[in-house]
Amino acid sequence: MAVATQLTSVMKTLADPTRRAVFERIAREREVAATSLVKGMKVSQPAVSQHLRALRDAGLVAERREGRHIYYRPAPKGLAPLHDWLGYYEAFWQERFGNLEKLLKEDE
Amino acid sequence: MSESHAIVVEKVLLYTPERIWRTLTQSDRIAKWLMPNDFEAAVGHRFTFCTKPMGDWDGIVHCEVLQCAPPRVLRYSWKGGSDSNPAYGSRLNSEVTWTLTPVEGGTHVKMVHDGFVFPGNRFAYEAMSPGWGRVMDAIARVTSEAEVGGTPAA
Repeated sequence: MAVATQLTSVMKTLADPTRRAVFERIAREREVAATSLVKGMKVSQPAVSQHLRALRDAGLVAERREGRHIYYRPAPKGLAPLHDWLGYYEAFWQERFGNLEKLLKEDE
Repeated sequence: MSESHAIVVEKVLLYTPERIWRTLTQSDRIAKWLMPNDFEAAVGHRFTFCTKPMGDWDGIVHCEVLQCAPPRVLRYSWKGGSDSNPAYGSRLNSEVTWTLTPVEGGTHVKMVHDGFVFPGNRFAYEAMSPGWGRVMDAIARVTSEAEVGGTPAA
């Protein structure tokens, strides 16, 4: 059930508005230093660190250390569980829509 | 803020709205193209679709007819799944709307399945999808011009 755990943890992790704001900022800037995140966020440094840890643990961001700085970037597969969810239903409806059309044709 | 995502499938079919409507609203017909069900075309009617069980979900989709205006609009709720499941088995509290519009030579059929609630706004998800590079570059430029200290400093 590793995949399920991922979907739930991604959902739970991003449910917090501040944490989501941190994530969106990282996604927007592609790579950002933890220190500059604190400057832009109007949230205390320990709070930002805690959000970054949660995002990292949920597989949403990756970190890179360089000297005394830690840089964060969005993890490429971070949102895959959400895309898979929507993707399943997209494929489902495409297929069923095809069935519908076929059935109408058979009735002719 | 959470945002609800929708799946849209639409196509012009070479049949009358009345005929397509029957396929969308007669239980035995629905079973042939969608899923086994006990659908009735009456607002307030509760019915189920049966699909494969997954994890702690019994595979039953609970629905209620919310709107029924033959042969134009059919809308029903679509609830099922479980928090512990991935993909199709994940919890879903959604709505499906069918809209039939007569066009020359047939009917424009539009299906909207709405209610895939992602936390946060569309921006972050689109930012993570392929092909976002150029747009994001543009936004990043504007952002770094507008914000002092917005770029990672050494």
